[in-house]
Amino acid sequence: MPLNILVCIKQVPDPEQFDRITLDPATGSINRAGIPPVTNPVDRHAVEEALRIREASGGTVAVLTMGPPQARKCLEDALAMGADRGVLLCDMAFAGADTLATAAVLAAGIRSAGDFDLVLCGNESVDGATGQVPAQLAEALGWPRVTYARKIEIAKEAATALVEREIEEGFLRVEVRLPAVIAVVKRINRYRLPTIFGILEAGKKEIIEVGCAACECAGLVAEAMGLAGSPTRVAGVFQSHRKRHVEMIGGEPKEAARGLIRKLKEMDAL
Amino acid sequence: MKEILVWAELRDGRLTGVALEIMKKALDLATLSGGRVSAVAIGRECRESAAELVAHGAERVFVVEDARLDLYQADAFTKILCRLIGEIRPGIVLMGGTSVGADLAPAVAARLGTGLTAHCTDLRIEAIEGLDQLVMVVPGWRGNMMVKIVCPEKRPVMATIRPGVMERGRPEPSREGEIVAVSPDIDEKDFRARTLERVRESEESALEQAKIIVSGGFGFYEAGGVALLDQLARALGAVTAGSRPACDAGWVPESRMIGQSGRTVSPDLFISIGASGAPHYTTGFAKSKLIVAIDKNPKAPVFDIADFGVAGDLKEIIPALVEELEAKE
Repeated sequence: MPLNILVCIKQVPDPEQFDRITLDPATGSINRAGIPPVTNPVDRHAVEEALRIREASGGTVAVLTMGPPQARKCLEDALAMGADRGVLLCDMAFAGADTLATAAVLAAGIRSAGDFDLVLCGNESVDGATGQVPAQLAEALGWPRVTYARKIEIAKEAATALVEREIEEGFLRVEVRLPAVIAVVKRINRYRLPTIFGILEAGKKEIIEVGCAACECAGLVAEAMGLAGSPTRVAGVFQSHRKRHVEMIGGEPKEAARGLIRKLKEMDAL
Repeated sequence: MKEILVWAELRDGRLTGVALEIMKKALDLATLSGGRVSAVAIGRECRESAAELVAHGAERVFVVEDARLDLYQADAFTKILCRLIGEIRPGIVLMGGTSVGADLAPAVAARLGTGLTAHCTDLRIEAIEGLDQLVMVVPGWRGNMMVKIVCPEKRPVMATIRPGVMERGRPEPSREGEIVAVSPDIDEKDFRARTLERVRESEESALEQAKIIVSGGFGFYEAGGVALLDQLARALGAVTAGSRPACDAGWVPESRMIGQSGRTVSPDLFISIGASGAPHYTTGFAKSKLIVAIDKNPKAPVFDIADFGVAGDLKEIIPALVEELEAKE
């Protein structure tokens, strides 16, 4: 049975360069200028999983993101990997959203983009790192969910999926009825890189833009979007103060080793 | 903020460590705000845990027992918790940020239409815009910043708490509390996602219970230190762990990765070897009682959060440490 799959992806500042983020102590605002945007790393694994399911059982793969106009780039990258079409949720009304408002807009965007049997997400983004959106998206769609998925098997009739869901000390085997939201972890697969052919093909694929009006048509009121629809607020940002006073132990390796062990014994740590 | 409700997660019929860590914090907050703490336990058999929660300060424990709830069932747990919160109407709901809590809490918050803050490392009450509010502190940008989050209007305010960062309180058997049995009120429809079984793969709790942890970074493994790390750990009676790069390279299993996207630990002694000390790594062990850093670069930021430091060639220092430790036996 062919499945229509939609994958939610997100553009984030390159996590390898997070240490370049600085805080203006006067204004309390974050400066992340100059850090290039990339696709949230685990989201590529979600796209890959969708492509593998399509290859095994047929169907289509759409990719969707919410973000500023330049977030189109991460859709193009997913199209180059092999996804069929893209959906860009872009509107000033969506800005400033916490996870609840994000999930509400994603759900409205998904509804307006078509009928889907399965929505895949990365388990969390590296920037917000709350991991809350997949479960909240499932609630907004009224669907069941499985998060932390490291293996997905679609049953032949495509009515259910059997999922290995990571948990501390092992995993849970979960059977979930479709349609469902499944959030994946990195170890689920190794994702492919776009080929030249894929990149050329991507240029011919469609990316539709969905704004506030289309989301309202899909049943979401404007008050539930963006900052207005967000119950939580950032009250401040501060640099973490974790400094301790380090005592460096010098000397030749043997000497340093002996010195360190003596100190630790003095502190009753050994 | 009068009532604080704690979801106390059970595994194998026993309370998770983070449930007791949250109890202590909830009790502190309740004392400050003149409120009280209630807890909810869901599982096959929860009576013993309920008594333990009372000893840890819960004035009421809502117990939802059902054989079908032995393993985590996402739909059923969400429904039960939403119904209870609707009836109890707490001002604050706190949940452990385990892989289960991280699935359950956002669904509950979405269904209730309220705000949720993930992976909090601290909770305080601060006056903001003239109102006493619960301030939830979370590490942002992989621990490069700390972010304060509030939920000014919607109730309850919800938060998941990162396991291992808050201190556990002492049980006081003299404390008294009410244990309230609650009917689960679930049927087939509440198992759209059904957990069939739990498969065990490793004993991760070793990391939480370890008194001494030796953690290797990329620099150490690059110096060929995999076997050396084990040797040092044996000599110290320690458990081994590693940083994200060491884990990505396959030297340490993901379950033993220390840091923002891995585990938070606070052993008596944490020894970091060959890791420069990026914030998303150090945040995972910054609360250890004693921290030792060993790295080739004397200017590595890891020394800023260490009590003792040794800078030099790891290939010489580590064998010297092993030799010295074994000589003393």
